[in-house]
Amino acid sequence: MNAALATSSQRVVVEDPMVPRSFVVTRTRQDTRDTATLWLTAMDGAPLAFEPGQFTMLQAYGVGEVPVSISGDPADDGVLQHTIRDVGSVSHALATAETGARLGVRGPFGVGWDVGTARGRDVVIVAGGIGLAPLRPAVLEICANRAAYGEVTLLYGARTPAERLFTDELPRWAAEHGVAVHVTVDRSDDSWRGPVGLVTGLVDRVVFRPELATVLVCGPEVMMRHTAAAFLDRGVAPADVRVSMERNMKCGIGLCGHCQLRELFICQDGPVLGYGLVASLLTQAEL
Amino acid sequence: MRTIAEDLPGHPFFAGLDSDALALLAGCAVNMHARPGEYLFREGEPADSFFVIREGRVALEMRLPTGAAVLDTAEQGEVLGWSWLVPPYRWTFDGRAVDHVRAVRFDGGCLREKCAADPDLGYAFLQRIVQVMSQRLHSARVRLLDLYGAS
Repeated sequence: MNAALATSSQRVVVEDPMVPRSFVVTRTRQDTRDTATLWLTAMDGAPLAFEPGQFTMLQAYGVGEVPVSISGDPADDGVLQHTIRDVGSVSHALATAETGARLGVRGPFGVGWDVGTARGRDVVIVAGGIGLAPLRPAVLEICANRAAYGEVTLLYGARTPAERLFTDELPRWAAEHGVAVHVTVDRSDDSWRGPVGLVTGLVDRVVFRPELATVLVCGPEVMMRHTAAAFLDRGVAPADVRVSMERNMKCGIGLCGHCQLRELFICQDGPVLGYGLVASLLTQAEL
Repeated sequence: MRTIAEDLPGHPFFAGLDSDALALLAGCAVNMHARPGEYLFREGEPADSFFVIREGRVALEMRLPTGAAVLDTAEQGEVLGWSWLVPPYRWTFDGRAVDHVRAVRFDGGCLREKCAADPDLGYAFLQRIVQVMSQRLHSARVRLLDLYGAS
């Protein structure tokens, strides 16, 4: 979280994490039937630096505020990118925002993927559905420093071929950065010649050194649980499997308790957490 | 060129089987290939085969009034088919080569005979088949949840 913010005149003001900054939508892209990506620029001109895996509280003025993971390039702090799925009134207002619209942004908040600690190791990135969006900044950071990592693999499971995200980038990550990309879908159509089945079914194809592997997983909790189990079966330590948790984040700074998961505040301790820390919590109903 | 008997020990499905068992099983096997779009088997036909896919991808399909729905795929390194083990030994889906497929095809009747004659081999083989069935069942169950759908 930014403790302070340098303005264009170098005047330093203390940022109140509860007060949104105004951003303007500079570009939009409809990714799938119900998912869109927004490019946002701060109206005060100050950058918004973030770590891959962090989220902001994104506000459609007059409608409401929701937590949304940042999907942009961490190397470009001048543009904030969010990929939003239209599933409710606030996310609908955000996902359908047009160029020129103003949105409120608080944050960034939380603990990210901490990709830097995976340098020198093999990295396996596993995304399910919209879960690829919070992982994209991690992929971009790894690609930007590709030589620092060992084998890098992306496993991506989507509901249908039409619901895949970042379809223009997946082949580029493979061709230009040596990322082994495997995509599977739950349900096929006539256009699809790739695998059909669970993303966990791809785990056996991955080449990695279990004792030197870091696994980053984002998707529905059931998918993350089964994915983590598959990597544990292959000898990866629970602490080396990181999952991105989603709860009802509200304040973003660990005060309100809406996102509390037993002793954890997901907005502050997470959203990215070591699987060893949350494994037992993921199987408890209504926690 | 390596023989089937030489190749089997390197496949995870056959890991742990001794050389005698592998030689017995290899006696039921032939190499085969299928062109893209070609069917390895069709729904309702007698199920007389078990496949170890060496290259390519096979789509398991069910025919619908609207066309064929792909339920699952199996590819290089995976095995395919257990209907040869379950009476009345008929395929319940179509198996279509998505691209060029090379596989080892085991004769189902031959496998049944050898497994019946050697219960240790039969049990070992069944354990491996059940593991594949379990993974496929698990995949089908989780996909029924439609996890990536709108919640």
